[in-house]
Formats: sequence, C-alpha cells, structure tokens
Amino acid sequence: MNDARPNNDSRIVLEFRIKGMDFTTAGEAATGIKRTMTQLGMPADMIRRVASATYEAEINVVIHAHRGCLVAKIGPERIEICVEDEGPGIPDIDLAMQDGYSTAPTHVREMGFGAGMGLTNIKRCVDQMHLDSVVDKGTTLRLLFFSKGRE
Amino acid sequence: MVKLVEVVEALELCPQGSYDPERPVKAGYVGDLLSDVMAHAQEGSLWVTMQSHQNIVAVAVLVGMAGIVITGDRPVKPETLETARREQVALFSASSRSFEVCGRLFACLKDKE
Ligand SMILES: Nc1ncnc2c1ncn2[C@@H]1O[C@H](COP(=O)(O)OP(=O)(O)OP(=O)(O)O)[C@@H](O)[C@H]1O
Ligand SMILES: [Mg+2]
Repeated sequence: MNDARPNNDSRIVLEFRIKGMDFTTAGEAATGIKRTMTQLGMPADMIRRVASATYEAEINVVIHAHRGCLVAKIGPERIEICVEDEGPGIPDIDLAMQDGYSTAPTHVREMGFGAGMGLTNIKRCVDQMHLDSVVDKGTTLRLLFFSKGRE
Repeated sequence: MVKLVEVVEALELCPQGSYDPERPVKAGYVGDLLSDVMAHAQEGSLWVTMQSHQNIVAVAVLVGMAGIVITGDRPVKPETLETARREQVALFSASSRSFEVCGRLFACLKDKE
C-alpha cells in the first residue's frame, strides 16, 4: 500500500501502484481493500463484490498495461474505485466486454489468467462502471458500489 | 460441519505449512482459471487446482477459501509457500489429480452432512 489517509468527509482513501507483469505484488490492492473493509465491519456481500471487481481490474493492469494506479475511496454508503493505467489501451470496448474475449499472451494463460471473464465479472459486481480508453495511451476504469444494494 | 483436519486426513493431503485444523470446510471448488474461481467459488470452500504460482493465494484470500489443494504432485514454488504463510492461507498438495481429489472431497462433505 502506498498511502492511506482519512478524508475530510470521513471516507478512507487508499492508493496503490500497479506494475505491469509484476506477479509478486499483483493482488495487493484488492487484498488491502478487503482488509480495510473487513476492519470497518462492512457487510460480507459488499466486501466480496468490491474484492472481486478490484482484483480483476488490478490484474488487467498487470497483464495488459505497463503501469497503473488504483485509488479506493471507502465510505459507509458508497465505495469508489478508480484504476488508471498507461498502456496499449482497448481499441474496441464492446468486444473487450464480451465474455471469453481475451488478448492475454500464452505465458499468462498458463497461469490461469486470460479466460476473458474479468470485465464481465466486474460488471456483475458493480452498481456503476465506466470504462474509457485511448489506444497507445491507456485505460481508465471507474467503479461505484452502493452498500444499500443496487440503485 | 466438516473440519479441515478431517478433510486433510480423508484425502491424504500433504500440508505445505501450518493450518488451523478446526477451520470448517463448507464447500469445494475446482478450477484453474482464476477469473472463474473468483466469480463462482463460495466463501469457506476448499479450492482444488493445478495452479501453483503465488497469485493463487490472493484469490484464496479474496474469496475467503478454507484452503488450497495443489494437485498432481506439482512442485509448489517457494514464493507461493511464503505468500501463503504471510497471508495465513492453508496450502496442501495432493499426489492424485484434481478429478480424484474432488471425488473424495465430495464424498467427505456429503458424508458429514
Ligand atoms: N487495462 C487494460 N489495458 C489494455 N487492455 C485491456 C485492459 N483491460 C482489459 N483489456 C482488454 O480486454 C480484454 C478482456 O479483458 P478481461 O479482463 O475480460 O479478460 P482477460 O483479462 O483477457 O482474462 P481474465 O480476466 O479472464 O483473466 C483483454 O484480453 C484485453 O485485450
Ligand atoms: Mg482480466
């Protein structure tokens, strides 16, 4: 974890750096966020949704991009996750969102990544999702979760 | 409720570090595709997989697995052992393949229902 500080509006802000193809630290953002939510006593289903979506977003930066930054803003009623990366970007977002579509290289597929299920998993877990991408620059993914169910 | 130690004995699993013998095993899941496991495995499951790299530990932590069983006598990498120890995830290896491990796990969970 790179930074954790209470925000002026009582939200907790966590920031993580993510390195492309670095599998030693991959998953630290998602597990760090889960730990904080558990300590705050947040509902189990909310923790699971946030943890799963954050993991998929984090791993996508590790596998598909060069480097990135993940910021989580954790409040009692809503959680915002923003993942910004520098990388190849996504030329066709509709295609990328399709279940089973993947451009993951062979060596990461052998590790069990690259089923093409990550973005669909994210969509299933979140209340709101915004994916913006510029080819040869990078990708920004914004996720929003409400603790009182979907709105 | 089946305890982890009962499953370890019934399935002849080889512990790769310490584990909590009293931990309940609520279900099982088998899979080598991490996104599939992340999407579908239940909290409290014992996860049967042939993946042995250290990222399986993060998946187990995020799902809240009762433990991981690496099948087919695959060598467990030192960094996987170290990450599991640090994150307190119970890690086991099995000499048999996933199919057989799952068959025995299913029987064991059914038995104690
Ligand atoms: N941050 C990113 N930068 C560039 N391309 C991306 C990024 N995230 C996703 N993609 C593209 O979208 C595709 C689908 O992503 P998705 O997460 O659904 O599957 P995957 O990562 O290939 O496999 P899985 O998530 O199942 O391990 C990827 O294969 C890749 O082409
Ligand atoms: Mg993915």
